[in-house]
Amino acid sequence: MRLIAAMSGGVDSAVAAARAADAGHEVTGIHLALSAAPQTLRHGARGCCTIEDAHDARRAADVIGIPFYVWDLAERFRAEVIEDFVSEYAAGRTPNPCLRCNEKIKFAAVLDRAVALGFDGVVTGHHARVVDGRLHRSVDAAKDQSYVLAVLTAEQLGRAVFPLGDSTKRQVRAEAADRGLAVADKPDSHDICFIADGDTRGFLAGRLGARPGPIVDAESGATLGTHDGAYTYTVGQRRGLDLRVPAADGRPRYVLSVLPRTNTVVVGPGQLLEVRTVDADRAVWTGCPPPAAASSCSVQLRAHGMVSPAVVVASGDRVTASLDVPQRGVAAGQAIVLYDGDAVLGSATITRAA
Amino acid sequence: MPYLDHAATTPVLPEAVAAMTTALGELGNPSSLHGAGRRARRRVEEAREQLAAAVGARPSEVIFTSGGTEADNLALKGIYWARRSADPRRRRILASSVEHHAVLDTVDWLCAHEGAEVCWLPVDATGRVDPGSLAAALARDPDSVALVSVMWANNEVGTVQPVAELAALARRYGVPLHTDAVQAVGALEVDFAASGADALTLTGHKLGGPCGAGALLLRRDAACVPLLHGGGQERDVRSGTLDVPGIVGLATAAEVTTGRRAEQSPRIAALRDQLVAGVLAAAPGTVVNGHPTDRLPGIAHLGFPGCEGDSLLMLLDARGVECSTGSACSAGVAQPSHVLLAMGASPAMARGSLRFSLGHTSTTQDVQAAVAAIGPAVERAQRAGTGAVGPA
Repeated sequence: MRLIAAMSGGVDSAVAAARAADAGHEVTGIHLALSAAPQTLRHGARGCCTIEDAHDARRAADVIGIPFYVWDLAERFRAEVIEDFVSEYAAGRTPNPCLRCNEKIKFAAVLDRAVALGFDGVVTGHHARVVDGRLHRSVDAAKDQSYVLAVLTAEQLGRAVFPLGDSTKRQVRAEAADRGLAVADKPDSHDICFIADGDTRGFLAGRLGARPGPIVDAESGATLGTHDGAYTYTVGQRRGLDLRVPAADGRPRYVLSVLPRTNTVVVGPGQLLEVRTVDADRAVWTGCPPPAAASSCSVQLRAHGMVSPAVVVASGDRVTASLDVPQRGVAAGQAIVLYDGDAVLGSATITRAA
Repeated sequence: MPYLDHAATTPVLPEAVAAMTTALGELGNPSSLHGAGRRARRRVEEAREQLAAAVGARPSEVIFTSGGTEADNLALKGIYWARRSADPRRRRILASSVEHHAVLDTVDWLCAHEGAEVCWLPVDATGRVDPGSLAAALARDPDSVALVSVMWANNEVGTVQPVAELAALARRYGVPLHTDAVQAVGALEVDFAASGADALTLTGHKLGGPCGAGALLLRRDAACVPLLHGGGQERDVRSGTLDVPGIVGLATAAEVTTGRRAEQSPRIAALRDQLVAGVLAAAPGTVVNGHPTDRLPGIAHLGFPGCEGDSLLMLLDARGVECSTGSACSAGVAQPSHVLLAMGASPAMARGSLRFSLGHTSTTQDVQAAVAAIGPAVERAQRAGTGAVGPA
């Protein structure tokens, strides 16, 4: 096949491209320029998006022996991922920008362009597997990225190639070293790639401005303090509440909900965070037909989150999951991903949890 | 392999390789006083005379540099500093809006850090500076002008500027004019003395010489503050041990290329015209940018509506046809060309262009291969569209 390998400059995508080339595919490496004003050198733990990362990707492509280009997707990324991130927080939800990037950029903008230019698909270094058209978890449970890929449609999955799903991260690093790829020991990236200093709260404050409002106790209804913007709070958050009034029972308090309409942050004891029912919309079914009746499966409610057995009911593009075991810190805007063992059945975007 | 990117760099001439190889085997610092030094010095001075003769300059006007970027920096900063220190009112730089980044960014730096003010001279739709706009900018306040800089021929669209006319205007007010002739030397007749310019940039690797060797031609009466201080080489304007092989390669290439210009330039222009005609037939709707006649013989700058230049370049590269989007890159990301924008093109059109540039090794086969590849490439690139990348 003729494949586009999306190369971030990290070790995973480099090894993925190398494996695809070894498998006999005609591979062309591309690096996505996602910032209109990229920084010259890498800072902190981020592993993409600087000119230094583009250089790392280029060197990896040289070593693998494949052509390499930079595709400028800064404008699409800004419109589809960064603006979505800001408006989701403004609406009191907690978005996952990596998931959005997979959905709208890597397997949409990039894939569409690749197909139009005569390529058959896109190779990435994601830790996940596609088996018979169904998305599966990686064999490396700690590095599994099926959660952030579960939004992909069957059509998108059909053109995705994930050569790393049968390997652990340790194996990938060892192979990179064997192949003479200089990125073999490059640190993993985490944090959000477009927030250079890792200060999400500061980034949102810069975009949305100060919007002071009350922090209210869920049980008494009393105002316990003020905040500078409800959008900087996430359900389940404990730190940074800066409450002057101690709780009656002396136990820590958590953010229970964020109410954008009244700009209110509701806090309360940990047990009130527990939810048993999760409502979601924008369902995508790739591992099975939309279930006609209530059916049992496992659900995961955030990246690297716990997996819980649940009974799921689907209706149109909506999904309701009743969790066997209550879970804490379930935030609207995150994805609920449904699994049958390691296989992804589908996903949806959480709208409400109770 | 159809290499159609000679304006980026062109193959080194065998004559230059031979001369450089000999020089590389020889010992001597041209500044040394002993026999080895004298022999090296002789090589450099012969090269200086050879280069000067090729471009209508006096040997004493040749200042060897590391290339075009350094020569542009030296001319702009050096002349600006010298003119300003002679009269602090001289802070205005008049430069064309289609200069190479080596000039653009140097001028911007002088504005940001050295109190310069710039007046970017506009160009018409073909990329030419109107002498009237220079005359007006000079006349507005002649005593405040530090220097004028207008390139001899544009590196993207190939348009040739009326340098002699502009230099005469500047001379009327006693203002020095610098011209970046990196693309012109070897392709057009460049006579430094006849042009009336006070400073001229040229570089080796655009005319069949090596990378890393260039020169600033600088009139003896043009004051210029050095950028590099040290051993006082090159009239004390450019210190640094002279690179004998590089200088020998540059001078040899300049002599050979200018000597063959009368036969090569028409041959290259005919191939270029054949390429343009072939592309227009294969991809109707293609726009030819630049001046229709006053244009470098080797450059065909073409706009493909509805395409990303990046897509086309990649598709042609996969077919072995090597060309350029013609604009500056940072990390490989093409910005819309400032040259096309200055000529009045829309940002979409500016992003949808390719520069094919031919040179001394170009053949009819190269042109035929490019013409054969362009039709399907344009079709695919149009399908990929401009929406996936950049502003819709």
